[in-house]
Amino acid sequence: MMTEISFQQEFEIKGGDFVRAGEASCEIKNLLKELGVAMQVVRRAAIVSYEAEMNVIMYAGSGRLDLSVTSDRVQIVVDDRGPGIEDVELAMSEGYSTATPEMRELGFGAGMGLPNIKRNSDIFKIHSKVGRGTRLEMTIRTNGHRL
Amino acid sequence: MLTLKEVQSLLSGELLTPGINLEKECSKVFASDMMSDVLAFIDPESVLVTGLITSHVVRTACLADVSAIILVQGKRPEPMVVDEARVRNLPIISTACSMFEVCARISRSHPEAGR
Repeated sequence: MMTEISFQQEFEIKGGDFVRAGEASCEIKNLLKELGVAMQVVRRAAIVSYEAEMNVIMYAGSGRLDLSVTSDRVQIVVDDRGPGIEDVELAMSEGYSTATPEMRELGFGAGMGLPNIKRNSDIFKIHSKVGRGTRLEMTIRTNGHRL
Repeated sequence: MLTLKEVQSLLSGELLTPGINLEKECSKVFASDMMSDVLAFIDPESVLVTGLITSHVVRTACLADVSAIILVQGKRPEPMVVDEARVRNLPIISTACSMFEVCARISRSHPEAGR
């Protein structure tokens, strides 16, 4: 079924740009609040967005985040031009991380990113090709019922 | 239940973001330097106790609906970081106490705050 898109915006994310890390997600959170999305959904979307944004900044050269909001769902799709993930199943397990000491000094790289994205999404899809990049698709329903 | 103002007093803390309302309840406390764990486990409206002073702490706190940041060991972030917190209406309290001492003092006055 086609759902009418009520709001859509793209955000460019630059790999390695730790100074601006989180700015796109803070903007997304404000946008969703302004759109009148329920607070619990806003929070889940903000966390999903931030984790995905940090992954691009930590591991990829660049990436694009697409936010779309319909009457019944918030969708966040993140495409990066990065190294890709060799073993997606392993990357999805809590505690597994390939973060550098610099990333850990900033408080990231506990191996919680992808599992946390999945936990906060109603639908989560990940496609990754080594040497090409990774695509994450996250959907959060706005009516409060998990899919 | 303690208010943020009472927590500030309990810790002899300095409010680095003057003008932000501290008459809010401090219902839960989460202590960590690991922002990944904050994003994964913190309850909304919790107080975050940390020793990290980067802008990522402010952004993480904002995205995870944290009600206030308590910085331990007398740490003070760069003015730019404090400004960002002020813009986001997020109080930052700096205290000379260690992370353990902060948790111990709050826990003595409000045993239900931890998780």
